[in-house]
Amino acid sequence: MRKFSLVSVPYFWLLILFLVPFLIVLKISLSDTALAIPPYTPTLDLSEGWAGFKAFWSELDFENFVFLTEDALYWKAYLSSLQIAAISTTLALLVGFPIAYGMAQAPDEWRPTLMMLVILPFWTSFLIRVYSWIGILSTEGFLNQFLLWLGVIDTPLIIMNTKIAVYIGIVYTYLPFMILPIYSALEKLDGSLLEAAEDLGCTRTKAFWLITIPLSRPGIIAGCFLVFIPALGEFVIPSLLGGSETLMIGKVLWEEFFNNRDWPVASAVAVVLLAILIIPIILFQRNEQKQREAGK
Amino acid sequence: MRRLSWFNVTSLTLGFAFLYLPMVILVIYSFNASKLVTVWAGFSTKWYGELLQNQAFLDAAWVTLKVGVAASTLATVLGTMAALVLVRAGRFPGRTLFSGMIYAPLVMPEVITGLSLLLLFISLGVDRGVFTIILAHTTFAMCYVSVVVSSRLVTFDQSLEEAALDLGCSPFSAFRLVTLPIIAPAVISGWLLAFTLSLDDLVIASFTAGPSATTLPIKIFSAVRLGVSPEINALCTIMISIVAVGVIGTSLATKRAAQRQKRDEQAAARAAG
Repeated sequence: MRKFSLVSVPYFWLLILFLVPFLIVLKISLSDTALAIPPYTPTLDLSEGWAGFKAFWSELDFENFVFLTEDALYWKAYLSSLQIAAISTTLALLVGFPIAYGMAQAPDEWRPTLMMLVILPFWTSFLIRVYSWIGILSTEGFLNQFLLWLGVIDTPLIIMNTKIAVYIGIVYTYLPFMILPIYSALEKLDGSLLEAAEDLGCTRTKAFWLITIPLSRPGIIAGCFLVFIPALGEFVIPSLLGGSETLMIGKVLWEEFFNNRDWPVASAVAVVLLAILIIPIILFQRNEQKQREAGK
Repeated sequence: MRRLSWFNVTSLTLGFAFLYLPMVILVIYSFNASKLVTVWAGFSTKWYGELLQNQAFLDAAWVTLKVGVAASTLATVLGTMAALVLVRAGRFPGRTLFSGMIYAPLVMPEVITGLSLLLLFISLGVDRGVFTIILAHTTFAMCYVSVVVSSRLVTFDQSLEEAALDLGCSPFSAFRLVTLPIIAPAVISGWLLAFTLSLDDLVIASFTAGPSATTLPIKIFSAVRLGVSPEINALCTIMISIVAVGVIGTSLATKRAAQRQKRDEQAAARAAG
């Protein structure tokens, strides 16, 4: 009885506020757009009983999904989200790995402080961190002022409102997610393996590629997924730094809903985005599972 | 003792400069006298004064705080219950669905969570406002809390609770007197995490807020779309300092608590020996 009440409260909470809402999205994505309140048909009329349910069921179709494939905007947005997420993840790995490596090499007494320095930005508002780049990247911004002052460039660079600004934004905000799993993999690395390799005539660089990289691979994979998955559905970064040129699916969904008020299409966009996300999520889970088993 | 190579020193220096410089610039320029954000025109605190005069921001801050406290408290209760279910309850019908619903919100894009909750509230005919934001934030924050608390519960020695039950404790008081004090640090950090997530959230709040309630992130977002302003810089500086003080304070407190516990254990070991 006690167990039942313990299980049922969070269970029903999640059923009502997580699963049911998602089923509603699924249902609306199969409905038709209409000039009504709410702006779609059919709506399920329970008062008509079974006949109402049958009428409701027969009117559902995949029209919105067909529409998504026909309008170039949508598949371009999906492709460009995938591309932006992939490029940003690669950049985050290139920036994050040396930092994680440096942290793992640092003296033991520095490590808690370094860890805290990596985690601290994560507690700071996401919106503020994205916002702080507007002043840096804009045409009269700090970066251009600095480069002009150095004499590296004659005319200001245009970075703001381009994909480059979005890459920078994603790398900046998700960098801790890349650093932490790589660091925890590198920290566990047995230093005597590297010494053994050097004793056996390996150069340092070769030992790095043959030992350090393969042994930190689970951390690298985890870090990449932790950046890639949230970057794919990102809304705040492209809308603040990307301008109107940058297409990302999170932004398209937002605009479809708030500006065009087309609920069925917005719902269909959401369903497809989730279908795309399932693949990296499953791969990530598998990587974690393998690591847990290796740890045992 | 190992020494850092110049490569490691450079990558750490550049890396932390990259992480912190944008925020440092933002803080410095919040004290800029000029309205032009990128031109320095002397030290001034006038933007802080103007911020405190801005009733719209103060109202939004109050709404955000109310939502944050309510949602993170609810999320901590529900998330701790969920963690107990995940770690302790063993098999029950629908267990796979339950753990799926705990982990799914962690990877769900915010736009989808927001959209789906909005459609739920509309189809139930619930008026959107502070209440609906609290429900939405509680739902996704409880999943984070349950992950934090269950990672502590896994290492918890259950025989302690069994001993309390053998000695005549009711199950609830065994939980209150034995389990809760031991998992308390995880519960507290779960609450803090839930609170920061709630303070930070723009997307889900925008979908579930409705016209009657505006949170600080919604307010900041609409102001920022018009460009950088010194007033927003001042507001961000205040938020950054609160977080920095909070996080550093908490970590120092936990460090001291850990040291004290270690000392007590050593003293106990000496007394026993």
